[in-house]
Amino acid sequence: MSEHILSIIWLTPLVGMIAVMCLPKESKDLIRYVANGFAVLGLLVTIPMIRAFDSSIGDFQLVERHDWIPALGAQYYLGVDGFGYLMILLTVVVGWLSILCSWSSIQERVKEYYAFFLFLQAGMLGVFMVLDVFLFYVFWEIMLVPMYFIIGIWGGGRRLYAAIKFFLYTLAGSVLMLLGILKLYFDHFEQFGHYSFALEDLLRVAAYTGPEIQFWLFWAFFIAFAVKVPMFPFHTWLPDAHTEAPTAGSVILAGILLKMGLYGLVRFAMPLFPKGATDELTVQLVALLSIVGIIYGALVSLMQSDWKRLVAYSSVSHLGFCTLGLIALNPNGIAGGMLQGVNHGLSTPLLFLAVGIVYDQRHTREIADYGGLANRMPVYTVLFAISLFASMGMPGLNGFIGEFTILRGAYEVSIWWAGFAVLGIVLGAAYLLWLFQRVMLGPITNPKNESVKDMNLREIIVMAPLVAGCFWIGLYPKPCFEILEAPTIKLVERLDPGYFSRNAAEPADEAGQLSRLLPAETPASE
Amino acid sequence: MDAISFTLSDFHVLKPAVVLCLVGCGILLTDAFLVRRIGQRWLNAVTALVGEAVVAAVLLQYLPDVRSGGSLTGLGGSIVVDGFGVFFNVIFMLAAVLAVILSARYMEAEGEQRGEYYALILFAQAGMSIMATGHDLVVLFVALETMALSFYVMVGFLRDSKRSNEAAMKYLILGAFSSGLLAYGFSVLYGISGSTSLAAIGEAIAGRPALDWIMILALITTSVGLFFKIAAAPFHMWAPDVYEGAPTPTTAYVSVASKAASFALMIRLFVTAYGSVAEAWVPLLAIVAIATMTIGNLAAVTQSNLKRLLAYSSVAHAGYMLLGLVAFSETGLRGIAIYLLAYVFMNYGAFALIAALRRDGEAAEELDDLNGLFGRAPGYTILMAIFMLSLTGIPPLAGFYGKYYIFLALLGEGYYILAVFAALYVAVSAYYYFRVIRACWLGEAAERPASLDMNLGTRTALVASGVLTVLIGVLPQRFIDLAGESVLAALR
Repeated sequence: MSEHILSIIWLTPLVGMIAVMCLPKESKDLIRYVANGFAVLGLLVTIPMIRAFDSSIGDFQLVERHDWIPALGAQYYLGVDGFGYLMILLTVVVGWLSILCSWSSIQERVKEYYAFFLFLQAGMLGVFMVLDVFLFYVFWEIMLVPMYFIIGIWGGGRRLYAAIKFFLYTLAGSVLMLLGILKLYFDHFEQFGHYSFALEDLLRVAAYTGPEIQFWLFWAFFIAFAVKVPMFPFHTWLPDAHTEAPTAGSVILAGILLKMGLYGLVRFAMPLFPKGATDELTVQLVALLSIVGIIYGALVSLMQSDWKRLVAYSSVSHLGFCTLGLIALNPNGIAGGMLQGVNHGLSTPLLFLAVGIVYDQRHTREIADYGGLANRMPVYTVLFAISLFASMGMPGLNGFIGEFTILRGAYEVSIWWAGFAVLGIVLGAAYLLWLFQRVMLGPITNPKNESVKDMNLREIIVMAPLVAGCFWIGLYPKPCFEILEAPTIKLVERLDPGYFSRNAAEPADEAGQLSRLLPAETPASE
Repeated sequence: MDAISFTLSDFHVLKPAVVLCLVGCGILLTDAFLVRRIGQRWLNAVTALVGEAVVAAVLLQYLPDVRSGGSLTGLGGSIVVDGFGVFFNVIFMLAAVLAVILSARYMEAEGEQRGEYYALILFAQAGMSIMATGHDLVVLFVALETMALSFYVMVGFLRDSKRSNEAAMKYLILGAFSSGLLAYGFSVLYGISGSTSLAAIGEAIAGRPALDWIMILALITTSVGLFFKIAAAPFHMWAPDVYEGAPTPTTAYVSVASKAASFALMIRLFVTAYGSVAEAWVPLLAIVAIATMTIGNLAAVTQSNLKRLLAYSSVAHAGYMLLGLVAFSETGLRGIAIYLLAYVFMNYGAFALIAALRRDGEAAEELDDLNGLFGRAPGYTILMAIFMLSLTGIPPLAGFYGKYYIFLALLGEGYYILAVFAALYVAVSAYYYFRVIRACWLGEAAERPASLDMNLGTRTALVASGVLTVLIGVLPQRFIDLAGESVLAALR
C-alpha cells in the first residue's frame, strides 16, 4: 500500500467520478452524498501521505515509477516535495469544500456536475504529483475539459463565451509549452542517447545548452504558466471565467487552478532552464509584468461595480505578488511566493464563497444592490471581514506572512520592486475595505435586503476550515516554511550556485538557513 | 525479364486485391440473382464483411514475412508487400469495415440499399491496397484510378438527391483533372529515367547533375495531382461539397481511406523517387502545408453544417500530415502513420454519429441538430466529445500522438517557425471542435429534436471507435511500434 500513496490520492476522485456516473440521474441526493463522500475520502487518503512525508528531505518522496510508453520514454512517475505537498493538501481541502458548497446551489444536471468536479479534482491532484513531463502535460491538458463544462453548463449569463475563452487561452499557452517540452526532450536525446521525459533526466540537459536556447524554452513554458497564473497581459480570460463560473467553479479556479501556474514555474520552468530564468531580460520583464499586474489588478478592482468581478481582479493583483516573489530568485521570494499562493488559495475562495452565499439569495452581483447587510447577517459579517483581512494582508492572518516574505525577497533584489509592491498592498486595502463598506455597512437601502438570511450551518462548515487555515498560517507559519525550505534551497542552489555560501555571513547555526526564510518577527529557533 | 510468366508468388502479393475484386463481383451476382429476390438486401453488407474477414486473414498471413523488415516481391518488382504496405492495408480494411457497417443502416434509411454500393466499397479498397504496395508508376496509377472511379460513383449514390449528384459531378471533374496532371507528371518521370519502377526513377534522379526545369515540372505536376487527392490547399475546393453531398458513410470512407491511400502513395513517391531532391520539394510542401492548415482551420470555424465542418477539419489534418513529410525524417513519417491510424477511429466515430442523426426520417446534418443531444443520448454524446477532443489533439487520446510526432519531427529538423504555426492552429481548431461539443452538451433542444437512428452495427462501430480512440491514447506503445516498423520498411 505504502508505495501507492500518491496514486491512491489522485485515483480516489476518479473512482468517485465513475461511481457518480453509475448512479441514476434522478436521485440527486444520493449523487450528492456519494460525491461528498468521495470528497471526504479524498481528504482522508492524504493522511498516509502526511504521516510519511518528511520535510527535511530535499528530494522527491513517496516516489512511484513504472514504464508507461517505453517507445516515447514516458513513465508513470509520481513523487512529492514540499511544493507539491502543500499544493496537494490545498487541493484536497479546497476541492472538498467546493463540492460541499454546491449542495443546494446546483440543482440542474447534478450528476454531470459532480462527475466533472471529481474528474477535475483527479486531474489537479495529478498535476501536483507527476515527475514525468509527458504525463504532466497530459494532466495539464485534460483538466481543462471538465473546467470548460463546469463554466459552460452551470455558469452565469455569458458562460459560453467565458468557457471557450478560458479553454482557448490556456490551450494556446500549453501547446507552446508542448513544443518546449519536445525540444528539451529532443536535446536530451541528442546529449544522452536515449529518450526520456523523466524530470531528473531532463534537468541534466541544462548543463549542455546555451543561454539563448534556454531563454526561448523558458518563455515557451513561461507563457503557458503565465496564462494560468494569470499574469498581466495574459489575464483577460480570468475575469470572465471567474465571474461566470458557478461559486464552486470560482473557488476551484481561484483556489487551485491559478496555483498550477506558480507550481509549474517552480517545478518545471525555473529548474529546467536556470540560464533562461536568471537571464537579465527575463527577470526584468517578469518583474515588470508582475508589478504592472499588482497595480493594474488593484486599480481595476477599485473600479468594479460587480462584486464577483472585483474579487476576480483582486486575484490578478495577488498573483502578481506571487510571481514577483518567484522571480526575485532568492529563498525569501520563492518561499514567500509559494506560501502566498497557498494563502491566496485559502482567502480568495472565502471571498467567492461569501459572494455565493448572498448571490444564492438575491441573484445579483451588483455591489450597488447591497448595503447594510451587517444588520441582517452577523455571522456572515464576521467571516466576510476575516476573509477580507486575510486577503488584505492584516498581521495575524496568513496574507501578511506571505506578502511580508515576498517583500523581503523583492527588497533584496531592488528597492523599487518592493516599493511598487507596497503600493499594491495599500491599493488592495482600499478596494477591499471600500467593498466592505458598500455592501455590509450603513443602513439597508434596498428593501429586498431586509429578508436576507444569515449563513446556515453547512455554509459555516464550508468556510470554517479555510478561516482556520488563515489564522493558522497567520499565527504559526513555521510548519509551512519548514515544508517549503528544502525544495526552495534546492531551487535557489540550482538557479544561482553558491548563493548560500556567499550569503552565509551570519552564524551558521542549525536554524541558520531557516532564519533567512522566516519573517524577522517570528522567533526562528527554540 | 520474363514478363509473361505469372507465378504463385505474384498471386500471393496480389491476394488482398484479388479477394476484394472477387467478393465485390460476388456481391453483384448474388445481389442480382438471389438477394434481390428475397428482399433482404442488407445481406450484401454481410457478404462484404465476409470478404473483409478473408482480407484480414491474408494480411495476417503476410505478417511473418514482413516482420523485422522483410518483404514479398511480385510481378517483377512492381508490387512489394512490406510492413508499410501491410500497415496501410490494415487502415483501409478498418475503414472499409466501418463503412460497410454504417452503410447498412444509412442506405436503408435513404432508400438506396443496393448491392453495387458494397461492391464499390470493396473495389475502391482493392485499388487502395495496391496504392500502398505498388512500386511502379503504371501500377500505381491504375490503382489510384480504380479507387477514384469507385468513389465517384459512391459519392453520387443518392440518386434522388441533388446535392449528391452535384458532389459526384464536381468530384469527377476535379478528380479527373488531377489524375490527368498526375499522369502527365508520371510520363515526365518516365522520360527522365526511362523506367516506370520507383526505385529506378529514384536512381535516375539521384544521378542527374542538378535540379533542372524538367525535374521541377515532374515534381510540380505529380505534387499537384496528389494535393488534389489529399485535399491540400489550394486544391481542396472539392472537399466541402463532396463531403456534404455524399452519403455520410461514404464521406467517412473518402475522408479517411482515400486520404490514407493518397498519403501512402505520396510517401512512396517522395521517399523512393524524390528522396535525393528533397531540398526542392520541402519548401513547396511546407508552403502548401501552412496554407492547408490555415484555410482548413479558419474556414471550419464558420461552418454550420456538420459534414462541411468536418470536411474543412479534414483539410486541416491533411496540412498537419504534410508537415510530417516536410520534416522528411523517420519520426515525421511515423507521425503520419500513427496520425492516419488514429484518424480512422476518431473521424469514423464522428461520422457514425452524424450518419445516425435523423429527424422524421430525413438526415439531419446541421450543427444545430445536435442541440440538446445530451439529454437524449448521454452515452453517445460522451463518445462524440471524445472524438472531438481527439481530433483537437488533447492527450491522452489517439489524435494526440500524430501531432506529437509531427511536432517532434519538425523540432528535430529545426523547423521552429512551422512548429509554432502548427501548434497555434491546434488552439484554433479547438474552437470549432468545441462548437460541436457545445451544441451536444450545452445547446437547448429544438422543438422537434433530431434523434439517433441506430442499429446494432452502428452502435458497435461507434463504441469500438470510441474505445480504440481512448485505448490508442492511453496505451499507445503497440500502435507506435507498428507505425514505426511500417515506416522503417518504407525508408529501406
